[in-house]
Amino acid sequence: MRPGFVLEVDRSTPPTLFHHGEGFRLERLPVGSRIVYPPEPLPVLPDIDGAIRHALLHPVDSEPLPALLSPGMRLTIAFDDISLPLPPMRRPDARQRVIEAVLDLAAEAGVDDVHLIAALALHRRMTEAELRHALGDRIYDAFAPRGLLYNFDAEDPDNLAFLGRTEQGEEVEISKRAAESDLLVYVNINLVAMDGGHKSTATGLASYRSLRHHHNVRTMQHSRSFMDQHRSELHSSNWRMGEVIRNAGVKIFQIETTLNNDTFPKPFDFLQKREWEWSLRDRSTYLGATKALRRTPDRVRRSIFQSVLAPHNLTGVNAGEVDAVHRLTTAKVLEQQVVHVEGQADILTMGLPYISPYNVNSVMNPILVMCLGLGYFFNLYRRQPLVREGGVLIMSHPTRWEFHPVHHPSYIDFFEELLAETTDPLELEKTYEQSFAEDEWYRHLYRTSYAYHGVHPFYMWYWGAHALQHLGGVIIVGGDPKTVRRLGFKPATTLADALEMATDVVGPHPSLTHLHAPPLLLAEVT
Amino acid sequence: MKALQVERSLPRFAAARLAGAVAPGRGARVGPLRLVDVDPPALPGPAWHRVRPRLSGICGSDLATVDGVASPWFEPVVSFPFVPGHEVVGDLDDSGGGVRVVIEPVLGCAARGIDPPCEGCGGDDVGRCRNIAFGQLEPGLQTGYCADTGGGWSLALVAHQSQIHPVPDGWSDESAVMVEPAACAIRGALKCADAGDDLVAVVGAGTLGLCVTAALRRFVGPERLVVGAKHPVQRRLATELGATMVVAPATLARAVRRATGSMALGDDDGAGSQPLQRLTGGAGVVVDCVGSATSLAQALSIVAPGGRIVMVGMPGSLTVDLTPLWQREVELVGAYAYGAEPALGRRTFDLAFELVAEAGLGRLVSATYPLHRHADALAHAAEAGRRGAVKVAFDLRDEKGRERL
Repeated sequence: MRPGFVLEVDRSTPPTLFHHGEGFRLERLPVGSRIVYPPEPLPVLPDIDGAIRHALLHPVDSEPLPALLSPGMRLTIAFDDISLPLPPMRRPDARQRVIEAVLDLAAEAGVDDVHLIAALALHRRMTEAELRHALGDRIYDAFAPRGLLYNFDAEDPDNLAFLGRTEQGEEVEISKRAAESDLLVYVNINLVAMDGGHKSTATGLASYRSLRHHHNVRTMQHSRSFMDQHRSELHSSNWRMGEVIRNAGVKIFQIETTLNNDTFPKPFDFLQKREWEWSLRDRSTYLGATKALRRTPDRVRRSIFQSVLAPHNLTGVNAGEVDAVHRLTTAKVLEQQVVHVEGQADILTMGLPYISPYNVNSVMNPILVMCLGLGYFFNLYRRQPLVREGGVLIMSHPTRWEFHPVHHPSYIDFFEELLAETTDPLELEKTYEQSFAEDEWYRHLYRTSYAYHGVHPFYMWYWGAHALQHLGGVIIVGGDPKTVRRLGFKPATTLADALEMATDVVGPHPSLTHLHAPPLLLAEVT
Repeated sequence: MKALQVERSLPRFAAARLAGAVAPGRGARVGPLRLVDVDPPALPGPAWHRVRPRLSGICGSDLATVDGVASPWFEPVVSFPFVPGHEVVGDLDDSGGGVRVVIEPVLGCAARGIDPPCEGCGGDDVGRCRNIAFGQLEPGLQTGYCADTGGGWSLALVAHQSQIHPVPDGWSDESAVMVEPAACAIRGALKCADAGDDLVAVVGAGTLGLCVTAALRRFVGPERLVVGAKHPVQRRLATELGATMVVAPATLARAVRRATGSMALGDDDGAGSQPLQRLTGGAGVVVDCVGSATSLAQALSIVAPGGRIVMVGMPGSLTVDLTPLWQREVELVGAYAYGAEPALGRRTFDLAFELVAEAGLGRLVSATYPLHRHADALAHAAEAGRRGAVKVAFDLRDEKGRERL
């Protein structure tokens, strides 16, 4: 495995890959630009099932799982939802492997009161097919028909438990079943440094009453970045809530898995290679794929991309006490993703792919484009952003005026109605958040259909609040101009145009850094 | 004198209907409207005056006539040939010049020499006159539809004393020509006077929609007023004239749903990017300022149970599913013209002068044309919003021969 590195572009550097939604672009970056490449994939655990069993039997700072299981107890197994991992992994999914192992031990211990809960917070409910993919048919068929495998419902007041307040007054309200179980086993997939730890339960199983204390503009603007646990207010808030949960007597056995960044299956694995290492076959595949995609109808193209299952697999599994486990998990994530970068640039470029945590099997609507670029990718840093304060972010994405008809109903109103008024996160939060969060129709669709909660588009917008505060401008290359303007950004037809436009903000002869992701990386910017 | 005249010609009406179906306003090139040289209309009696139009607006009802799609309902209440144009500011001919007037076009009992007047006219509600086809004049519900009076799309018309309103000093002709559409809008807006805290929704933001928006803001004052506006100029003006929310027509139902906390129904739970078809709640009052099957259907889909739809736009023959009207016990109310407004103790036209001045409605006049460019003018009016315009009018101030009349 080769570490990530920073390439300085010279005249011999081949054109650089930019993801562009359900397509790609090859762009020639100015000489002197820097390209941040992710490390190559870490090796997968040689015996995954053996490693899982070992983690359960030899946990950190906890008794072994069998010692925590006894007949007559109430056991709840919560697991990360459809938003992880990205892209979805090939079967068997990490959650299936881990939960099957947990259930084997529970059965051996005579535990028969077991509930499985998809910890989706305010995300959309998972469909049967998605649950089967994540957990396997055996688990689904054993639990779902009896109502023992289900999606968390953050709007079901009868099944929420208020556990108290943090020292800062943050209310903690989570799944009643989880709170009142003798043991809560949380099974996570830790894709980025922000995931996992106390966030698993304090966010994944929490209600709006609780989530609003950290899913807000102030928290996001004080999380620099939210991938850096030591400088993340999001992290701190979740950890305070975790303390409340622990003090309320909720016993959590945390199982965290880490994946390598082997993101694209063959024959598209060249997308994670460095361009000068593309073989003749890689180049042919690229040319053939881009040509074919141009002729493919949007719906078919989306279906093709959404059916991609990533070959990534487990690099580690740790179980036991939440904090202790998460320290090990975070170290493994950083080992896979950290790339050292010296200094900030005037301009940061990135190509946004077709997928984000919130459009799996769905449409990457314009708000999710903003969130992916200004929320997730911009925040893939520690110490300081890749782009200087007042700098320009240039993103490449088609950014179409389209929304999934079932998954994102409140997004449509947020985009059509609210963004026409203001793009200021604070103004949106102050004036409109509550009405969306308490809208009965959105609530109904969240609970009974497959809709994200009414407040969710606000959270997506807040996710980008730090970037909005930091940047001097945002330009989207190849996006629908009307849509891009509605987001408050500037559209550009080509990267050259965008670079020219950026000089109006950052001055002539700007420095440029390109974030070559996915695969994901975390830039340690000194 | 020069005049644009509509003749009774079935082949021409048929041609206009075909052309108008291809593109609204195209009926002007092949239909019953022609630029002709005619004698000025004779004064029907001593209380009549000759008026030389200065500006005369093009209204949606005029476009329907030109495109041959006006309702057959009007056949007995118009007389051919007639000169269209009922939005008129002109010079009073016998004043010796210098007196500009606006015409209140309804030809009620007073203009028709009928005494005693009917119940409508007796109550000063001339828009509800029972005698619009009788008396000393040929049939014609308004100036601009009557063979005896002429209309604004010419160099001269005749107006009864009861129809004449002096234009205040300092007013532009553009402001004055907006008085008549403003009066129509006020009539509709005042039918929303009991909206209370309910959401009021306006469908359409052409001249009528914008004037209704201004009238609602001035005379009704709803706390929440949402307007469905298609074009940028309409969206800007709707906001300026008092809408609290302006949305695209396709998203009006979504906006009403959200503003009223309503649920929605549909094949996909109404969550799609397609316009919502059915709300369970909705706006207390919806003002339809378009008058098409689509706009009425939209009004029916967004009005609350027990609510009211005020139809200000001229509808014509429409095919609309009225089941929601029945099932949700919705009132459908027409708002045609003007007269007395008992709730405010004033006449609609007096209120209209006030509204035009206060809201600056003269700015809605976006383009003017001479008579000989009538085809261009009507095409422009038919596509006003798309072309960044609101009200298109004929400008007769510089027409040759005007001074010789």
